[in-house]
Amino acid sequence: MSALPNVETQPAAPVSATDAALKVEDLNLAYMVRGIPRPVLRGVSFEVKPGESYGLVGESGCGKSTTAYAAVRYLPRNARITGGRILVAGEDITKKSGDDLRKFRTNHASMVYQDPGAALNPSTKIGPQVVEAFTVLGQHGDQAMDSALAALKRVQIADPERVMGRYPHQLSGGMQQRVVIAMALASDPQLLVLDEPTTGLDATVEASVLDLVRALIAETSSAVLLIAHNLGVIRTMCDRVGVMYAGKIVEEGRASRVFERPQHPYTVGLLRALPRHGVTKSERPLATIPGTLPQIGTPLPTCVFVDRCPLATDLCRETEPPIVDVGNGQWTRCHHWDRIDQIKEPAPGIAQEPIPHDDLALRLEGVSKTFRAGGHDVPALVGVDLQLFDGETLGLVGESGSGKSTLAKTILGIEGPDPGGHIKLEGHDLSAMAAQRPSGDKRQIQMVFQNPDSALNRGKSVRSILGRSVSKLTGLSGKAVDDRVDKLADSLRLTQRHLDLKPRQLSGGLKQRVAIARAFAGDPRIVVADEPTSALDVSVQAAILNVLSELQAESKTSYLLISHDLGVVRYLADRIAVMYLGRVQEVGDSETIFRGPNHPYTEALLSAVPNIDGEERTRIRLDGEVPSPANPPSGCVFHTRCPRVIQGLCEVTEPPLAEVEPGHLMKCHIPLEELRRLQAQRKELVVEEQSVAPLDEV
Amino acid sequence: MDAAATVTPGPAAGAPSGAVRSERSQARRETLTVLFRKPGFLVGLIILGVWAFCAIGGTNITPYDPFNDFARRHLPPSPEHLFGTDRLGRDVLSRVMVGARDVLLVAPIAALLGVVAGTLVGLTMGYYRGIVDDAISRVVEAFLSLPVILVALLTLVVLGSSTQVVILVVGILFTPIVARTVRSAVIAERQLDYVTAAKLRGESGSYIITREIFPNVLGPIVVELTVRFGYAIFTIATLSFLGVGIQPPSADWGLTVSDEYTNMISGKWWPTFFPAMAIATCVIAVNLIADALSSVTDE
Repeated sequence: MSALPNVETQPAAPVSATDAALKVEDLNLAYMVRGIPRPVLRGVSFEVKPGESYGLVGESGCGKSTTAYAAVRYLPRNARITGGRILVAGEDITKKSGDDLRKFRTNHASMVYQDPGAALNPSTKIGPQVVEAFTVLGQHGDQAMDSALAALKRVQIADPERVMGRYPHQLSGGMQQRVVIAMALASDPQLLVLDEPTTGLDATVEASVLDLVRALIAETSSAVLLIAHNLGVIRTMCDRVGVMYAGKIVEEGRASRVFERPQHPYTVGLLRALPRHGVTKSERPLATIPGTLPQIGTPLPTCVFVDRCPLATDLCRETEPPIVDVGNGQWTRCHHWDRIDQIKEPAPGIAQEPIPHDDLALRLEGVSKTFRAGGHDVPALVGVDLQLFDGETLGLVGESGSGKSTLAKTILGIEGPDPGGHIKLEGHDLSAMAAQRPSGDKRQIQMVFQNPDSALNRGKSVRSILGRSVSKLTGLSGKAVDDRVDKLADSLRLTQRHLDLKPRQLSGGLKQRVAIARAFAGDPRIVVADEPTSALDVSVQAAILNVLSELQAESKTSYLLISHDLGVVRYLADRIAVMYLGRVQEVGDSETIFRGPNHPYTEALLSAVPNIDGEERTRIRLDGEVPSPANPPSGCVFHTRCPRVIQGLCEVTEPPLAEVEPGHLMKCHIPLEELRRLQAQRKELVVEEQSVAPLDEV
Repeated sequence: MDAAATVTPGPAAGAPSGAVRSERSQARRETLTVLFRKPGFLVGLIILGVWAFCAIGGTNITPYDPFNDFARRHLPPSPEHLFGTDRLGRDVLSRVMVGARDVLLVAPIAALLGVVAGTLVGLTMGYYRGIVDDAISRVVEAFLSLPVILVALLTLVVLGSSTQVVILVVGILFTPIVARTVRSAVIAERQLDYVTAAKLRGESGSYIITREIFPNVLGPIVVELTVRFGYAIFTIATLSFLGVGIQPPSADWGLTVSDEYTNMISGKWWPTFFPAMAIATCVIAVNLIADALSSVTDE
C-alpha cells in the first residue's frame, strides 16, 4: 500500500534573512478595566524573519493572544499601548491610524482566527467573499475571480467552483478554515498571524490543515506568528518559539531546543505537566505547577514566576533575573537556569493493581439513538454494545459527530435511547430518562462536564452547590450533609474558605474540582466525564487528572472518559472504545490500542496527533469528509475514507464487531495479522521515502 | 506522596482566595463607581429624586394650595407664580409638584405588576419550551400586535376608570413584553450544564426554575423593570390625557395637559407646557437610569 500519503512533520528550515518582518520591541500594553489600566504585556520583545514561523506558547492569561492582535494593531477599544514599538516590514505600526492602518492591514498583514465559522460572513456565498479579498487589492472582475479560484486551489480545495457557490455553513470546519487561509494569503502578506487556527477542529482535520499551512509557509516568504495552546502544534509548525508568562517572554529559542532542553522552570513545568511518552496513571502522577498565574493588575514580583518556581531563592525576589544566553540561539530569564535539572519529577505512585474484568458496572446492548431533524431520521448511535467494568476507565474517542457525547447522554438519561436496546446497571435495566429513574439509580451515574463555568450555577456558593447534591442524592439531612460536604471538599483539596465562595471567584482548576466533588456527592458507581480537562490549561489539567485517578483508586468508581486528547486518554483509560458515525469500531485495552495493530480508522486517528516530542511520524491522511449520519455509507461506514479499503467487499458488507484477540474487538474485514503486517510496513516504508523525498507533494 | 506530585495543596490553592474575596468586593465597588460616574445615571437619579421629593412632600412644600387657592386666571409666569396660574387661577408650579404624586405611585406599581407576571410567564415558556412555549408564544404575539393605548382605552371605557383598573390594565399589557425578554434570557440559561446537572440529581422543574435559573436572570429583569417604569409613566399620562386614566380633581400631569391644551391657541402655554415637561423629564430620567443599569449588567 504505497499509496498512503505521508508528510514530513519537521518544521521547514528557516530562510536566512537579515531584516525582520515583524519586530516587537519592549511592548507594554494595558487594558482599561472599569477606568483603571491593567497591564497585560510587560516588555515583550521578539522578532520574526521573513519565511520564519514563530510560536508563542503559555497558559491562558499570559498575553499571547494580546501580542498576536497587537502585531496587526487589531486591539479591543480599551487596550492602550503604553510603551515600545511594533515594526512590520520596518514600519512602526503603533503610530499608524485610520486609513494608514487599513492600508497596512490590506497589503502587509493577515490574520487567521480560531473559529472559521465566525470569520466568514454567514449570509454571503464563499465566492464573493474570496473575490472581495482580491478586489480590495485593486483587482477587477475576471481577474479577481481568477485569483480567487487560484487561491482556493492553492489551499487544496479540490473543486473550487463548487465551493464558491456555497454558503459557509454548508462547509465543514476544516474546509472553512482553508477558505479563511486562502483569503488571508490573498495579499501575499509579509506577516501572517494565526491565532489557534486548528483548536476547534478534529485531530484528523487539524493534521491536514497544519500540513497545508506548513506547505504554504514553505513556499511563501511570509513571516508567521502562531499562537496555540497545544504544544504539539507549535512543535511541529514553528522554527522558533517564545514561552510567555504573565505578560513577559521568559524563554525563547529554536522549537526543537526549547522543547527538548527547556531552560526556564516554567517551560519545564509546562512540558512535564503534559501526559507524554505513553505515561499512565498507574505509573506516576503528572507533575503540576502549584499556584496560579498572578492576577492581572496586581504588582508583579521581580521574577514573574517566583511564586510558583521550585528553584526560587531570595535572589529571585531581590533582583530581576537577567536574560541568560544559553547558546544555540536560546535564552532564558532565570537566575538559576544552571540548576534546571534539579527540578524533581513526581515520584512514582503506588502501582495500581490491574483492574480485574469480572464485576460489570454497566452493560450496553444494542443501544441506538435516532434523532429526527428536518423530516429525516438521523441515527446518532447504531447498535452500540459496550461493557464498563467496576473501577476501570473506559476512554471514548472519535471525531466530532461520532456519537461519543450522544452515547454519554443516553447513558445518563438526558437523551432517551431508541426502543430495543438495553442499558443495564448492575444487571437491571435503566429507565430511558433520568427523571424516571429511581433515586438509587440517579445516584449511581453522575457526570463531570467539560466547562465548569457552565456546569456550576454562578449564583450559588460552593457549599450550597455541594450541599444540595449531597442531600438530593444521598437523602441525608442536617449535620450529616455538612459533614459529607466537608469530606468531599477534603478529598478534592478544597479548603473551608473555598466552600463559601462563588464559582467565579475560583480559578478554572478549582471550579473543575467543585464540579468533580459534586459528581461524587452520592458515591456514584459510574462517572461520565465529557472532556473534563479540555477547557483547562495544561498545568491545571495535570492536577485534575491526578485527582481523578486518586479518587478512582480510593472509591473504585468506573469512569467513562470522553476526550479528543489522546494523551489524556492514554494516561487515564484502562480500555478504549473508538467510535465512528455512531458505531463502535474498535475496543481494547489501552495498551493494545496504542500498540496496534488497529482498525484503519484508529490508525489514522492515532497518527494525526501533532507530536510534541518531534519524533518522525507518518500521517495517514483521511480523504474526504465525515459522511452525514443521516445518509451513512453502505457496508462498512468507514469505507469511503479508509486507506485500506477492499473494493467489492467493504462497501457491500458491514463487518461484525469481532474479537480478534482476547479483549480486543474490531469491526474490520482485514484480518488482524494482515493489519499488523500492513501497519509495520507503513512505518518502514516511511523511513525509506523520507530519505528520498523529504516533503511529499499531496 | 511527594510534594511535587500533589495537586496544588492547601497553601497554594488557599492563598489566592483571600485575595479573591477582597477583589470581589472591590469589583463590586468599582461597578458602583462606574455606575455613579455615568453622567446619565446621575442626572436621571437627580431628576427622579426631585420628583419623588415633590410627591412625598405634597402640599406641605408647595408655595400655594394647588387645589383651593384661586388667584387670577391664566397669570403668566412671574416671580410670584413662577409657572403662572391655570384656567381656574391655581398655581401651576404647585400643581405640577403635587401632580408627581399619582403618576409616581401608579406607574411603579403597574410596572411591577407587569414585570412580576411577565417573569412568571417568561420563566415557564423559556424553561419548558415545546408545546407550552408554542402556545403561550402565539398568545404573546397576538397581544404584541395590538396597540397598547388603544386596548387600554377600550378596556378602561368598558370597565370604568379607577386607579386599580389603570394599574391592572397597564400591568397586563406589559406582561407579554416582559415575558418575551425573560424567555430569551431563560433559554440562554437553560442550555448551561448546571441545569443538566440539576436534572441528573432529580430536581423538579419548579425547583430548577425558581432556585437555579431565576437568580441568574435577575439582572435583565431589573433592567426590564426600570424600562417598563418609564413606559408606564408615559402610558398612564396618555390615558389620563384621554380622560380614562387618573381622574379629577387630581393634579396629574396628563390630566392637566388635557384640561389646558386648548388654551395654547390663545397664547396661554404655561399651564400645558410645564406639566408636559414634567412628564418628559420623568420618562427621560427613568430611561437614563435604565440605560446605565443595562450597560453595567452587560459588562
